[in-house]
Amino acid sequence: MNQKQTLDSIRPGERAVIQQLNVSGQMRRRFLDIGLIENTTVECLGRSPGGDPSAYLIRGAVIAIRAQDCRGILIRRPAEPAPWA
Amino acid sequence: MGLTGRSTGRHAVDRAPSVCRRSETDRVVALAGNPNVGKSTVFNGLTGMNQHTGNWPGKTVSIAQGRCSGREHDYVLVDIPGTYSLLAHSAEEEVARNFLCFGDPDAIVVVCDATCLERNLNLVLQTLEISSRVLVCVNLMDEARRKQIHISVKRLSERLGVPVVGISARKKQDLARVVRELDALPANNNPYRVRYPEPIEQAISGLQTVLEARELKRLNPRWLALKLLEQDKTLEAELQRYLGWDILGDAELQDCRRTVCEALAGQGLDGDRIKDAMVSSLVSAAEEFAGETVHCENHGYSGFDRRLDRILTSKHTGYPLMLLLLLLTFFLTITVSNVPSGWLSSLFGFLEEQLTAWFTRLGAPDWLHGLLVTGMFRTLGWVVSVMLPPMAIFFPLFTLLEDCGYLPRIAYNLDRPFRCCNACGKQALTMCVVDIGIRTAMPYSAILHGGFLTSGRYAAWAHPKSGSGF
Repeated sequence: MNQKQTLDSIRPGERAVIQQLNVSGQMRRRFLDIGLIENTTVECLGRSPGGDPSAYLIRGAVIAIRAQDCRGILIRRPAEPAPWA
Repeated sequence: MGLTGRSTGRHAVDRAPSVCRRSETDRVVALAGNPNVGKSTVFNGLTGMNQHTGNWPGKTVSIAQGRCSGREHDYVLVDIPGTYSLLAHSAEEEVARNFLCFGDPDAIVVVCDATCLERNLNLVLQTLEISSRVLVCVNLMDEARRKQIHISVKRLSERLGVPVVGISARKKQDLARVVRELDALPANNNPYRVRYPEPIEQAISGLQTVLEARELKRLNPRWLALKLLEQDKTLEAELQRYLGWDILGDAELQDCRRTVCEALAGQGLDGDRIKDAMVSSLVSAAEEFAGETVHCENHGYSGFDRRLDRILTSKHTGYPLMLLLLLLTFFLTITVSNVPSGWLSSLFGFLEEQLTAWFTRLGAPDWLHGLLVTGMFRTLGWVVSVMLPPMAIFFPLFTLLEDCGYLPRIAYNLDRPFRCCNACGKQALTMCVVDIGIRTAMPYSAILHGGFLTSGRYAAWAHPKSGSGF
């Protein structure tokens, strides 16, 4: 897949690898703090009942991120499926 | 509920609080760590009742100090705010960093969570850049064992170059080990320093050479060089004050900084990119260390947690369960607490009768009896019997919900509806606490505030926008 995808496009149960952060300022720092750097694997765990913030498994921690903020995170899809999926 | 710019801005953190040393030989130990790693348990366990809490000048970010004694030295423990990093993104991080850098602690204890060590190592690595007198305390070892996570403390210590002690803060003997390690903490460790990409390393060594010719007090020149590269404005003012000479007005230093920054920009590293590269190096180093020292038999977020979360936050069961829990809390707080309220009330009634009888026997005048017994004592009895039971039920219940991690999930569930009113999900908790908690316990809002709204525990499940938790 060559076309640019962002983190909000992965569905619960799917995984993706972070390619680049396209945000700046405070949000970027927060993302870096939680370990969202290049080549980090992220798994989408689910969506909240309201449908918007989604939960992601990032480096062993579960973090909720809103779709709006996810749009600034470019990803690529890993070739292999999650071993525990 | 959180820290606002006004309540915690630069004015709030511009001075370090005074550390209460009782004698010259007391050693000041800063207790650092991520939020929610049991730092307070370690602090309370070590200091017992021997502590006092104060605010940083400008309030809101509170700082607790306590004393404990080892065989060799007496220690003043300073519990600094829990943070994920020391890059000063939030008021807490700034306070934490300022104390570690400018508060001149004799040693720093970094408390880590054994169940997610990798994330914690980020802070450890940043602390090692500031000081070499560091003791790493891997807490929650028992919990990790239960989750089948094995940590090689010895290997971690070898790699980090500082002593590491694995503990379960609830156990007395483990805390005694921490004190022993503090007593034995070597004056000169050789801690691991994160290697940054080559262009940054060159820039650092350029600046470092200039800095080494300056009076830096206890600051580490390499660390200072790093910070100068980051161009951190909040730090520059602080440095000026601490060092006592004008770091921005130093022509040679500023020239050098300009040259190395231009050289970095020439290699595509400017502004945000420098910081990104630094953070990436830190995270990669933490990943590498964790890879070598942590062995997991299953993935950190295991099947049971997964299933539970699916139920607690799913579209169909999320809200009903939340309502049910809220109703249960209400029921216990309001209805069930009537029972002990009744007991207390009759106890006070009985005591009042006794007092009245006693006053009559002594022949005390009516006005004295009215003032002391029907006035003061009865009011006291009413207040205690009405307020104590709901509080004694509500707060432990809420703490229980907090400890099992349900509160962040409420925030997650309610983020969408709350955003319709321009709030965020975390405010659901404030509403809940303010509504139920304050209603039953108005004068105790102070406890509430100090007790958990500022404890920063929600961070792992919280929305990243709002700093490090509550």
